[in-house]
Amino acid sequence: MEVNSKKEKLKSFLINETLILTLLSIVMGLLVGALIITLSGYNPLEAYRLMLEGIFSQPRYIAWTVIRATPLILTGLSVAFAFRTGLFNIGAEGQFIIGALTAALLGYFLELPAILHVPIVLCGSILAAATWGGIVGFLKSKFGIHEVIASIMLNWIALYFMNYIINQPGFKRPGTEASFDIHESARISIPWMREVLGPATKVNWGIVIALVITAVIYYLLFKTTIGYELRAVGYNKDAAEYGGINVNRSIMLSMAIAGALAGAAGAMHVMGVSFRVSVLAAMEGYGFNGIAVALIGNNNPFGVILSAFLFGGLTYGGSKMQTIGVPTEVINIVIGSIIFFVATYRIFRYVLVLFNRKKLQKEVQ
Amino acid sequence: MRDLAFILATTLMYSTPLIYGALGAVFSENSGVVNIGIEGMMTIGAFAGAASTYIMAEGYGHLWWVPWVGFLIGGLAGGLFGLLHAVASVTFQADQTVSGIAINFLAPGLALFLSRRLFENATTTPPIPLDAKLPRPLNQFFDLSSIPGIIFNQYASVYIAFILVFVSWFVLYKTKLGLRIRAVGEHPKAADTLGVNVYRVRYFSVILSGILAGLGGASLSMAIVASFRPTLISGQGFIAMAAMIFGKWKPHGAMLACLLFGATTGIQIYLGSPQVGLQVSANLLSMIPYIITLIVLMGFVGKAVAPAADGIPYEKGDR
Amino acid sequence: MNTRQRNIDFDTPMIEMKDIVKKFGDFVANDHINLKVHKGEIHALLGENGAGKSTLMNILYGLYTPNSGEIWIKGKKVEVKNPNVSIAHGVGMVHQHFMLVKPFTVAENIILGMEPTLGFNRINMSKAIDDVRQISEKYGLQVDPEAKIQDITVGMQQRVEILKALYRGADILILDEPTAVLTPQEIKELIAIMHNLTEQGKSIILITHKLKEIKAAADYCTIIRRGKRIDTVEVRSTTENELASMMVGREVSFEVYKEERQAEDVVLKIENLVVEDNRKQEAVKGLNLEVRAGEILGIAGVDGNGQTELIEAITGLRKIKSGRIFINGKDITNKTPREVFESGVCNIPEDRQKHGLVLDYTIAENMVLENYRKEPFSNGIRLNFPQIFSFTEELMEKFDVRPRNKDLKARSLSGGNQQKVIIAREVTNDPDLLIAAQPTRGLDVGAIEFVHRSLVDQRDKNKAVLLVSFELDEVMSVSDNIAVIYEGKIVGMVNAKDTNENELGLMMAGGGHNGSEQ
Repeated sequence: MEVNSKKEKLKSFLINETLILTLLSIVMGLLVGALIITLSGYNPLEAYRLMLEGIFSQPRYIAWTVIRATPLILTGLSVAFAFRTGLFNIGAEGQFIIGALTAALLGYFLELPAILHVPIVLCGSILAAATWGGIVGFLKSKFGIHEVIASIMLNWIALYFMNYIINQPGFKRPGTEASFDIHESARISIPWMREVLGPATKVNWGIVIALVITAVIYYLLFKTTIGYELRAVGYNKDAAEYGGINVNRSIMLSMAIAGALAGAAGAMHVMGVSFRVSVLAAMEGYGFNGIAVALIGNNNPFGVILSAFLFGGLTYGGSKMQTIGVPTEVINIVIGSIIFFVATYRIFRYVLVLFNRKKLQKEVQ
Repeated sequence: MRDLAFILATTLMYSTPLIYGALGAVFSENSGVVNIGIEGMMTIGAFAGAASTYIMAEGYGHLWWVPWVGFLIGGLAGGLFGLLHAVASVTFQADQTVSGIAINFLAPGLALFLSRRLFENATTTPPIPLDAKLPRPLNQFFDLSSIPGIIFNQYASVYIAFILVFVSWFVLYKTKLGLRIRAVGEHPKAADTLGVNVYRVRYFSVILSGILAGLGGASLSMAIVASFRPTLISGQGFIAMAAMIFGKWKPHGAMLACLLFGATTGIQIYLGSPQVGLQVSANLLSMIPYIITLIVLMGFVGKAVAPAADGIPYEKGDR
Repeated sequence: MNTRQRNIDFDTPMIEMKDIVKKFGDFVANDHINLKVHKGEIHALLGENGAGKSTLMNILYGLYTPNSGEIWIKGKKVEVKNPNVSIAHGVGMVHQHFMLVKPFTVAENIILGMEPTLGFNRINMSKAIDDVRQISEKYGLQVDPEAKIQDITVGMQQRVEILKALYRGADILILDEPTAVLTPQEIKELIAIMHNLTEQGKSIILITHKLKEIKAAADYCTIIRRGKRIDTVEVRSTTENELASMMVGREVSFEVYKEERQAEDVVLKIENLVVEDNRKQEAVKGLNLEVRAGEILGIAGVDGNGQTELIEAITGLRKIKSGRIFINGKDITNKTPREVFESGVCNIPEDRQKHGLVLDYTIAENMVLENYRKEPFSNGIRLNFPQIFSFTEELMEKFDVRPRNKDLKARSLSGGNQQKVIIAREVTNDPDLLIAAQPTRGLDVGAIEFVHRSLVDQRDKNKAVLLVSFELDEVMSVSDNIAVIYEGKIVGMVNAKDTNENELGLMMAGGGHNGSEQ
């Protein structure tokens, strides 16, 4: 009996409407991509074959897909977490930058044994980015400034602030547009894996940390009183207030947690992949891609993981299509189309209704 | 004085693309459709304008109408994505933010894809020849070294932007169409019960929004610079949206907000220019407009009020 | 009683609806309904909430398309595809929830969709204002065309709605629950306006569930129950009780049975309370009130006289400008909602979907909205779902919430069942003071009886109950004592047994009351 109901639960978890609609959207997005590839005179099957090979044909490729997906899991989670609590975190971009910058600073200027250095750098970055995100929550709850506007401003402030800090003597590596590298003790690389996969493959513990953080966020959101409060505020501020929940505090807390998550992504990118921060002319897109990841993952922590891997696979494997001349940007079109179909899921219902009607008409005839 | 004129001129120049974008957002949001896709629409407009002008200049020579047709093509390209946004958010009642995000992936993706296909795998379009750029209509009337000469040494797109602010205000607040747009944004059901076609008004507004954003992008790629490149827009669409909110959803308010952004950019360029040579980090200066905006929002604007039905899909026969 | 001269022209049918069927998914909202209205007739549509009256009228007006059936207007068969068609044929509708654009002026609202224009598509505003003045004088509906909707009273707004229809040349007016927001005096005025309109040859369809109004205003009445037409009767020769039993399908009594009881100690005490509304205007202006244990105190008044602000001030949702509030002698002025709740105050809120429930939470999650932090539902950090579930199941059983599925989202419940969830939650908290604001709005008769029973039960358990309602009948039948609120003050205090509608109505309109003025 008990086992049965668990099975039922698993079944309804796997076969639900959202999942089917999302999969349909992914298929449709790939079809749009195929159409564009065909229209520009290439063979879409060939292009997609190259993409799949580019993801799966070598362990090194798989590793790179994972490396690509890691920050997206966290920025996606950041956006999804905010969405769940009724906020649109378009500021993951800036929070990512603050996390990365803090990690580079702490990783370069502190000299500690790895066992202390890694957690201190990680915690410091998370704290800084949480504060950065919290500012948005503060501005919203105290001054009523829409979080989207505040976040857009703070993204640019973060970007120029990082550029400014990088340019300070003592931090900037002379002759480059980047900072000095962080110490070995602050890195989270996995050296033996690199020996197996090749030295250029920057395999790191980031993915493990990201998965653990995702599980913690899931627990926080759905199993604890704090999650109950945050989601209640997200769904219905007025009812939450009526129920005794401090709405303003919840908004700040939620934005701080969202900031922390995006900051962790930035920190782990520095600690595991880039080891430094570079002067930026424009946004890198980790935060904006996080929005896409969250939307495709239906703002569900586990959905976000799958979606981040899809995104990482598409962008990494997709670049291999260039070998036959297909511009990589087709991947952005595919991703855009997937999101478009996720947004207009009613299209599928509409088509289904039309289809049924035709079938009915036939039966009548 | 000359310095002031220089700042004013750069202010006007840098405000222009934002004004187009912000006007686009004003129309869309007043009809009740949030348009976060302005960024993407500006990008595709910038590409379509620059690319078509370059191609036409190659093909037809530097005829006077070439930049104007290019400018319009930029607008139409934006309008096409406006149509896409309208299909999603009006007909299929999609979450408007999500649909806008989709457009911010689709439009730049398509722009770069086409650029690579058309221009030998380059993500930057070849520069438009100088005489195929948009004209500077008032140049001939002033001595370029005089103060009015410095101020009015502007491309046509600048004057058009300010004319459009007035036209938009007139349309929204003085005409039948404007009354209906605002009614649909405030209370679509009320408009529906009086026989106003909510869907048609929203389609119109959102497509117009895309056209305006497209023109804004083209005003960048065909006037301020002479080619499209991937980082050309980089966030200006979002700034335009912020300006629209800052300007309380009104054309003239949005224009003032855009001028503020333009002015801070202008001052920053002035302070950084060799003749002033102020020893301030360019990066710190670049932060100023964003910090000012936050401070202004905190102190002076408070809670601005969006149209009551902004962002809410309208379903006919909703129970 | 309805004593007017009738003006019905039986040879001229204005509206004929034949065999109308409307389905929403599997739900049949209109099941082969027929309706005929003549020139100069006031025809009432009577039915409970959700019976299908509004659906039928939305079909006539072109907002919904019927699945089958015919509509004839003025003797011609008409395909009413959208409101433009019905408007062109002279049908006008005044919706229950006003269809007015708040930041627009009266004139702008009236002309919307039929704007007089000059060149360049410009609106001819001076002509619009003149036109509005003209029709408002012709039909005796005084309004200021240049005032903004958000600045005028509800009664005024209703006039604007009627003018909107008349501006479009409507001969047939549909009024959907027009009296819900009016004082008894305003209702009388409205009925006079309706009679005046029929004298000028207009026909009116009046949608309502209030029997008294039908008796006072209508000539004929069609009763609809669960989507089906039960009968069409002449109002003159039918009693209120007959109408009621046709509407509900069984004998009903609107009397609330309760035993005499002596009120005891003061539970809620309010002293000189001043509270501002959202626009920073004083909405509650020095209000004094006491509610005792074992007493139901009803607050009678028209919407917008400070009731909402008063309740929000008591429950901690709104800042108090001055004055004090005590519960059992303890000062709770400007405490947080949670602190007020902990002092023994529970609230069945006015807007159950806005304040009472998180619609996207499950029933189980909603059941612990105030208590999720407490044992046994959590240890302060981790939610204890087994406990929450068993608690929910127990309450759903006890309060008969249907369907009996704790995992359903609150959104998917009917209005009556949503209200049961709230009442179950609030009553189980065993509060010293239970506040019920508009607790029966939008509910059917069965659910209304249940709500009233629950309130009386609380009183019988020696709890204090504060009932706020805009339905005078409800206040009179449920309360022990009645306080009348007008412009943010209590202007009269009477015993429910010793008063009548006229006396209360006069006070509700600011007519004052002898003696008990504070």
